[in-house]
Amino acid sequence: MDWGNIFGNAVGEIISPTTAAYALAAIGLGVHFGYTGLLNFGQAAFLLIGAYAFAIPTLAGAPIIVAVLCAIACSVIFAFILGIPTLRLRADYLAIVTIASAEVVRFIVTTTGLTDFTGAANGLSGFKGTFAAINPIPAGTYGFGPFTYNEYDWWVRIVGWTLVVLASVLVWLLMRSPWGRVVKGIREDEDAVRSLGKNVYSYKMQALVIGGGLGSIAGIIFILPRAVQPANYTTGLTFFIWTIMLLGGAATIFGPIIGSMIFWVVLSLTQGILYGAIESGALGFLSTTQAGQIRFILVGVALMLLVIFRPQGIFGNKKELSFSV
Amino acid sequence: MIAGIRIGRGVRLITMLMAVLALCLGVVLGSGALSASASTTPVPTPTPTSDFTNTLSIGGILRDGDTLVEGAEITVAGAGGFSEVATTDDTGRWSVVVPEKGDYTVTLDPESLPDGVALRDPDKSEASVSADEWQTNTLTRSFPLGEDTRQTTGFFEQFLQRLVAGLNFGLLIALAAIGITLIFGTTGLNNFAHGEMVTFGAIVAWLVAVIAGLNIFLAMVIAVVLGGVFGYLNDWLLWKPLRRKGVKLVQAMIVSIGLAIALRYLYLFFIGGETKNMNVGLSDTVVLGPVRITTGSIFSMALSIVVLVLVGLFLTRTRIGKATRAVSDNPSLAAASGIDVDRIIRIVWVLSGSLAALAGVMLALYRQVSWDMGFQVLLLMFAAVTLGGLGSAYGALVGSIVVGLFVELSTLFIPPDLKYAAALVVLIVVLLVRPQGILGRKERIG
Repeated sequence: MDWGNIFGNAVGEIISPTTAAYALAAIGLGVHFGYTGLLNFGQAAFLLIGAYAFAIPTLAGAPIIVAVLCAIACSVIFAFILGIPTLRLRADYLAIVTIASAEVVRFIVTTTGLTDFTGAANGLSGFKGTFAAINPIPAGTYGFGPFTYNEYDWWVRIVGWTLVVLASVLVWLLMRSPWGRVVKGIREDEDAVRSLGKNVYSYKMQALVIGGGLGSIAGIIFILPRAVQPANYTTGLTFFIWTIMLLGGAATIFGPIIGSMIFWVVLSLTQGILYGAIESGALGFLSTTQAGQIRFILVGVALMLLVIFRPQGIFGNKKELSFSV
Repeated sequence: MIAGIRIGRGVRLITMLMAVLALCLGVVLGSGALSASASTTPVPTPTPTSDFTNTLSIGGILRDGDTLVEGAEITVAGAGGFSEVATTDDTGRWSVVVPEKGDYTVTLDPESLPDGVALRDPDKSEASVSADEWQTNTLTRSFPLGEDTRQTTGFFEQFLQRLVAGLNFGLLIALAAIGITLIFGTTGLNNFAHGEMVTFGAIVAWLVAVIAGLNIFLAMVIAVVLGGVFGYLNDWLLWKPLRRKGVKLVQAMIVSIGLAIALRYLYLFFIGGETKNMNVGLSDTVVLGPVRITTGSIFSMALSIVVLVLVGLFLTRTRIGKATRAVSDNPSLAAASGIDVDRIIRIVWVLSGSLAALAGVMLALYRQVSWDMGFQVLLLMFAAVTLGGLGSAYGALVGSIVVGLFVELSTLFIPPDLKYAAALVVLIVVLLVRPQGILGRKERIG
């Protein structure tokens, strides 16, 4: 078993753009669930909308700033569509409607009738030009050990993690502002906040829009190192983001970031070790596909254990996250 | 004494977790036999990210109606003189490993097809693969065989056809959805792992009827019994300890999501990613006036109606059924008037497990067996339950039939690949105008 390679890959996951994208999506979900108490089970839809609303204008020739703004605008519209019917209802209705809407948008981009726009089941590719064009790093390979990447890969990582830091600062500032206190009050006791004369519906909607916007930016980061593929945006993606958020701690600043790093390092390690064991014959009766599946069984079990035994996550404060419903 | 009980509960929770872990371990150790058969099939397993394998291949399954075509030759040719011939195996599968993500031409040799089998469109013996399609490591190409069976019936006939199919599907969903709504009513839990209970029934029936080759009706009985046991184990090992621990509803809902993920990949691990044929001789077509329907569908509709009526009678006429409704209404009051709430919840789980397994078997007859079949209909079941009004058993029935009809009838107007989307859009629209659902009561929406 090549331990150097296995650990190298795992360590590389710490700063990979995928980790950054999941962290960003988890920060957005933290605004929804951790701070406001909204049960959004459709975060994958925000990533999908960010991805397509960035890729389609770019492929049509729009400059990068227009494409990014388009992605954010679309996610805001989607948040309104989600929020208007459901935010007045009890929490579990929002859960069912968000998960349903996420599937609806995925069905829509996958339908063959829209192949010209969305590429149907094949998705989209070839949209990296405008992002690569504003890369200030000269061509070449940089770094050391497991962190050796070319100029594009470094550029994606730098932009991705800068956005993660900016989003964390934004959430930190928001949550210590009066707005944040109202929102946290809604999480604790909606009726109490309402009796203070606050428009709970409007605050919930604002939180949904902010978290969704972060999700759509995460969607852009997610596709920069790969192609847009509708199969990536199943409810499984949403549940991974939930696992990451709960792992780190839902109502914390560093929780989503550390949660994402742990999640991906552990996934990479288990994959490396299982594959290594299969190659060396120790687990010769398994196929590599089955090894991939074991990891997801473990994700499911980890999610259960986490929620039962440490619902506040690694960094969370048990008093703050008290699943109030 | 109290400490003793506490320890007892803790032990049970730990036992439950050990059981889950042991199951996973058992999976690793016990998979030898099954993995041998699973690993020989080249059909790609759906994996959430595309980074798991590095070999590129083009493949597919060749079938004429329900018969898998063996021995047909398919040539894949590409740049640089690459050319390789694949022959379909006894399961109709073929696959060619290609060197790079380039352009290829895939040609089926019509001469190599068995007698009596021909291309549906003789001009379509060639398919192309272009370089920009390689988003995944495996691409599939199919060649439609057999007579041209595309329907040329009028709108009214199609409407009737879809209406019957919709009723059938709606009744199927209702069987499973009543379980969801009973569990929600008595415990407040939105059970996201319910889809996996449906898959469980289908897999058991497949194992008994196809792998072991026993009678389908026997398989159905075994699936229903084991489904009930599965429901009981769910409650005994997981949900009862969690209720004792005082786990909140949202927390429990996320636990059920974790359980659903773990179970779903456990199924995938054991039975593999390809769809299993459930050919048990119930696919003869009967023509009833303008409607063509299989004997399997008639049987499943009749059985669904009988079972639903029985469940209705159970809920309204028997003592336990009445107690169930009392617990749904107000658990504390029910407990105060001498009803053993835990026992009622246990019965509800067993009933839900059996009904879900039955729905799974019939779903398998209706559209084959796959590892995520339950999850595919889970959202439709939730839509049905929400449409009808969360917690109301009759609402679940009405909602299911609405969803079933909508799924099938919408294909008359929109592309079939959007039919599930249509049903989910209806859910959102209904919530806008009548949040409590069709038969729900207003107090529940809080």
